Amino acid sequence: MAGNVNSQQIDRRWIFLLIFICVALPLIFVIGLPIETTENVRMVNDLVENTPPGSKVILSFDYDPGSKPELHPMATTMMKHCLEKNIKIIVTALWPMGVQMAEEIHEILKVEYPEMEYGVDYVNLGFKAGGMVTIQAMGKNFRTIFPTDIDGTSIDELPIMKGVKNFDNIAFVCSFSAGDPGIKQWVQITHDTFGKPVTGGVTGVSAPAILPYVNEQQQLTGLMAGLKAAAEYEYLVKKPGLATSGMDAQSIAHLLIIIFIVIGNINYWKNKKKLAKGGE
Amino acid sequence: MKRKLPLIITFIIGSIVIISEFIPHRPFGTISGNLEEWFLIISGFAIILGQLSLFKVNFLKIKFKQTNWPYYVVTLVSFVVMVSFGVFWGTESSAGIFGHGYSIIATIGDKPFDYLFYNVYQHLSATMFSLLAFFIASAAYRSFIARTVESNLLLIAAVLVMLGNTSMGSALTGWLPPSLDFLHLPRVSEFIMKYPNTAGQRAIMIGAGLGLIGSSLRIILGIERSYLGGK
Amino acid sequence: MLHFFEVLGVWLAALFTFGIYSFLYKDNPFYKVSEQIFVGLSAGYWFIYTIYFILIPNLFLPLSENFGANWIKLIPAILGIMMLLRLIPSIDWISRYPVSFVIGTTAGVFFLRYLKSDVINQITATMINPFNGGDWVVVLGQILLVVGTITGVIYFYFSKKHEGAFGVTAKIGIYFLMVSFGAAFGYTAMARISLLIGRLQFLLGDWLGVITP
Repeated sequence: MAGNVNSQQIDRRWIFLLIFICVALPLIFVIGLPIETTENVRMVNDLVENTPPGSKVILSFDYDPGSKPELHPMATTMMKHCLEKNIKIIVTALWPMGVQMAEEIHEILKVEYPEMEYGVDYVNLGFKAGGMVTIQAMGKNFRTIFPTDIDGTSIDELPIMKGVKNFDNIAFVCSFSAGDPGIKQWVQITHDTFGKPVTGGVTGVSAPAILPYVNEQQQLTGLMAGLKAAAEYEYLVKKPGLATSGMDAQSIAHLLIIIFIVIGNINYWKNKKKLAKGGE
Repeated sequence: MKRKLPLIITFIIGSIVIISEFIPHRPFGTISGNLEEWFLIISGFAIILGQLSLFKVNFLKIKFKQTNWPYYVVTLVSFVVMVSFGVFWGTESSAGIFGHGYSIIATIGDKPFDYLFYNVYQHLSATMFSLLAFFIASAAYRSFIARTVESNLLLIAAVLVMLGNTSMGSALTGWLPPSLDFLHLPRVSEFIMKYPNTAGQRAIMIGAGLGLIGSSLRIILGIERSYLGGK
Repeated sequence: MLHFFEVLGVWLAALFTFGIYSFLYKDNPFYKVSEQIFVGLSAGYWFIYTIYFILIPNLFLPLSENFGANWIKLIPAILGIMMLLRLIPSIDWISRYPVSFVIGTTAGVFFLRYLKSDVINQITATMINPFNGGDWVVVLGQILLVVGTITGVIYFYFSKKHEGAFGVTAKIGIYFLMVSFGAAFGYTAMARISLLIGRLQFLLGDWLGVITP
């Protein structure tokens, strides 16, 4: 077995140490490698840019701290982008910890955007279980699923929710999704059933499986996949943040993993040759 | 009664949900709307069941002094502490039975529930998942070997996508003239993701989708009964 | 005092971060304790959030504030309580009724949504004219998209033995799946490294103050 051949040669803790150092050093000594944008992220940016001021959008925080480094930067940038364009933000969460993820960003943005008013420009409606079925019910009548916001205020008393009955009154939905339930369910219900644009950001792990939704049917309008896409989005809206500062480390770590693959293969073929010679 | 009635309930409810898609008027639309709302509430109870079940399992492990039982005491204590803090002083936005606990907030900066979330849980969760960074690097060295055509394809795609998804990729092939732009690493990575990857994932999606549709029908028609458990 | 608890919070976070990372050296009690605290706190969090964000606003408040208009919510409440009876072995069969409700609703919704989103819409998105794209890179990509999807689906057809022309087509499907898995590995590596970056941004920034977070 190839795995056994290579594993005999090096204690894997040395690999762990190398990865740790290669990620840590570029964070301390910044290189500032360039960032190039991709079509999927530009589509997300264009969707926000083309949304008329005053429109209401749903940002769904469908992740927990386990995926925070990947999704938090793009969620932060999306909220900043919406506020700059005077787009009203309605926050929901299909994951319970998503509520606090959104609140953490809200607390930071309160300082940066002091004119932002809770209940007028932004509201957090909190967490609801049930995934796809719950989104479907939301599409028919918002109030049955979200009678109150996180503070317990009836949504009828919140100016931002005035006139919001179902998805007809929403410009688009953006889901920051770490798995199930998440962006897949939003696509299946909000776009494919109610015909509203859906966009979002996903973790790198789930990106390949979600990408087929970015197609001519526009099931998804663009997609941000992982930290690289978050950095691209920060670049597009000219608000460099945590994603941009992490890109050097990401590049070096990728390079190291590729070097590991190359060394692993060289060792394998060397050992295979040795074994073949020994057998002769 | 114990098995037949649940099967009938599944059949009726599944059928109503499907029919209401094609006849969204009364009574199907209304019933379907109610069912969806009830689903949320029952899901809430299901989550509570999950947590209580975890409590029960850990409690039994401690009671029968199973291997490593002291660690399960830690689990139970953490669970009880988090729940107690939530019940007593509530969460960031909700009040608990003792109100919002403003004096505690003045002392520690947050409600106890949120203090534990932000300073302990959040970091434990993020660190737990970040462990995989080390193991994926180790796996790349030990197991990512080009032996067959298939493994070669897998390896080449992985390397190109990894390079293309970094600033390093842009820097490495940034010097290429516009006529050779298709060889620029970020373009190559984008191409792989947009076409061959989408093709493969779409095939999986269609296959899994058909499987799910078949399973749903089997459940609604009462052919698939394993979800009822027992005999 | 406030400052003390802020500093304590950062140190607690760093302590537990190292608690989990200690597993990289070898399994040890420090890791096990951290792991169990993670499980306990997580369960507690879900418990509290379910009560505050689902059961109180969607069930208890409507019933207590306007019972006449919301009495129908007693049905899911009763079904929910029946669900909890799963914990009592002698009467756990009662939980089959709410389970059958949940399964019935899920099966109905899944049947409709997966049929449309993951089957019909995906087939429609594949039925394109591959030569209608502009430059040769796009045309090549679209040909690969159509061929890859069809051969990939053929690979998943196991009712016929993979031999002859059918076998060759299925083999091509495997190649596309392999490229897809390779891409998935690349993205997974990216994701995991991002999580490590997040941790180091905390350790070097919030904890040690070496970098500006």
